[in-house]
Amino acid sequence: MVLKAFFPTCCTSADSGLLVGRWVPEQNSAVVLAVVHFPFIPIQVKELLAQVQQASQVGLAVVGTWCHRQQESEESLGHFLEGLGTIFSHNPWLQLCRERGSKFWSCKATHHQGPGIAGVSREDHVILIFYDQRKVLLSYLHPPTILPDGQARDATASSEGLAAIFDTVSRSEVLFCKDQFDEGPVRLSHWQSEGVEASIFMELAKQASGPVCLLVTCLLSLVSAASACRLWKLWPLPFIASKLSTCEQLHHRLEHLTLVFSTQKAQSPAQLMRKANMLVSMLLDVALGLTLLSWLHSNNRIGQLADALIPMADHVAEELQHLLQWLMGAPAGLKMNRALDQVLGRFFLYHIHLWISYIHLMSPFIERILWHVGLSACLGLTVALSILSDILALLTFHIYCFYVYGARLYCLKICGLSSLWRLFRGKKWNVLRQRVDSCSYDLDQLFIGTLLFTILVFLLPTTALYYLVFTLLRLLVVTVQGLIHLLVDLINSLPLYSLGLRLCRPYRLAVAVESRTFAQSYFHRAAEL
Amino acid sequence: MEDERIFSDICGGRLALQRRYYSSFCREFCVSCPRLSLRSLTSVTCTVWLVAYGLFTLCENSTILSAAIFITVLGLLGYLHFVKIDQETLLIIDSLGIQMTSSYASGKENTTFIEMDKVKDIVINEAIYMQKVIYYLCILLKDPREPQKISQVVPVFQSAKPRLDCLIEVYKSCQEVLAHQKATTTRS
Repeated sequence: MVLKAFFPTCCTSADSGLLVGRWVPEQNSAVVLAVVHFPFIPIQVKELLAQVQQASQVGLAVVGTWCHRQQESEESLGHFLEGLGTIFSHNPWLQLCRERGSKFWSCKATHHQGPGIAGVSREDHVILIFYDQRKVLLSYLHPPTILPDGQARDATASSEGLAAIFDTVSRSEVLFCKDQFDEGPVRLSHWQSEGVEASIFMELAKQASGPVCLLVTCLLSLVSAASACRLWKLWPLPFIASKLSTCEQLHHRLEHLTLVFSTQKAQSPAQLMRKANMLVSMLLDVALGLTLLSWLHSNNRIGQLADALIPMADHVAEELQHLLQWLMGAPAGLKMNRALDQVLGRFFLYHIHLWISYIHLMSPFIERILWHVGLSACLGLTVALSILSDILALLTFHIYCFYVYGARLYCLKICGLSSLWRLFRGKKWNVLRQRVDSCSYDLDQLFIGTLLFTILVFLLPTTALYYLVFTLLRLLVVTVQGLIHLLVDLINSLPLYSLGLRLCRPYRLAVAVESRTFAQSYFHRAAEL
Repeated sequence: MEDERIFSDICGGRLALQRRYYSSFCREFCVSCPRLSLRSLTSVTCTVWLVAYGLFTLCENSTILSAAIFITVLGLLGYLHFVKIDQETLLIIDSLGIQMTSSYASGKENTTFIEMDKVKDIVINEAIYMQKVIYYLCILLKDPREPQKISQVVPVFQSAKPRLDCLIEVYKSCQEVLAHQKATTTRS
């Protein structure tokens, strides 16, 4: 089978030395992680490999030799490198060679058949694949599967081909921690050998995140303990709280905060992304809320809003009164039953009158209330929007009441009609058997039943019209509330961090591989990954 | 080793197939479609501008003319960047995988890589396309956990749509590589 050798692009110009990496037998590939330069002591190299293996659970070994020589052939180096094959025995033994300044590479992989058969070694075709170590390490290409009973992670190498290769690279981060300026017994070359990459902000953030998380978790636990106290369980408070969307949103936000500032590290890249998304969306929310707050509290907007609120409520009530007067007359040319019309119309008009009086009672306090509610925008735009939706619900409470009355009346009418229709046909609803049975009625039962049925049928258009009108009004209010809730949900759930990552650092979200082939050298194919 | 041959696509247009044999287990096939013809470009632009001029004489509003120019330019850029595919390449490397690249007229390249573990076979299939029955080359994918079932069918050279003679050339080469790969897998 063809042997695949994965070689990091950063080591193509490194000096001669030993290749250190991992052999993956299921894929018949060797993943080279770093190059160890001369001079070295074999014992120290073996110690270093054992240390890294213990820290990262990746089976590292010396897989071959790397020879980067000048134009004039250095035969002694070649012999020396071959001799190393006996010290670090590995099957198969990879020998990569490149002449300085030329594009040509030569790769050889030799298998030793065994101690009994001396001097017979099998050579395979080799595909040399270059990979960018930095991008592989920073992307989430490795399989996120976590075995349920915590077996050794080496077992997952057999699945998912290339992902296993890249998983090896990502788990060997420990090997890349030392750069060429560190004084160690062994000199390595890898993507960080010019200097370990780090950002001072990230380091400071990492140091600060521990105590900050602890502090915030304590505060949050206090808040949740206070909210779980028995006082809030007295009726009707839970009922009201379940109807108000503000309470729901605050509860939601509390959950998010607990998750983001939990002291446990994220188990998998997916969880990390979720936490990051939540944090970014909360920050955006608070930023937008503060903008709204500053806009509201400038230019006396609160006063203007309060001044506009009462006339608006009055206007709505007036429009409703006009609508009811219209219904009490001959709406759209339909002829209504005068008596029922007048009763329903007067009933609803009285309600509106009560509502208007209530609003006028509240009018001195509106500005104060609005001012304090405006302060809540600093908790986030979503909270402000939820409060807006609740205020809308409270202000249109009378429409809700009308809808309930209309719906109840209509429901009663329909129930009565269906039952009397069955009587008209001589049938009855059998509650025990949950079906319609025939029944013989007495004459006076039939007579009264038919009379009532006729009355209800003739009153049907009136009730139906009232029901229709108030349902439409209620639908309008519900649509507006629904739009506000949609906006709130959008802010809550938009994954802004992932979107930003996709735009600015797309390789971190890479899940695929692109390869380009280039010039060949003899019969060995080189491909760049 | 490289060679180039001329074939035709299902509509009769001219296609060029470039084959590169890097080694016995690595081959690349490149199908190039005809470039954007000047005639069609001029005709579309002229139609759009004549319609805009007609509307202008009706409405006497010069924003229609500038809007028409804007739309033409944007439409052309969008077409070159998102629609017009110049070249489609299939790279097959034994024991590594198959890579398909489409390069657009604006220079954008779209790559898809399929690992060899997931590839079951490469076949030529028939399909009913509008009023024609055409042949297309496709890669059958399998789930490594269920090697008997076909999980997906990925068609190749979808926008170039070469005819059967071109597809047979590509098919034969790919089958050689796959046979070589299967032989070495069963041996090891």
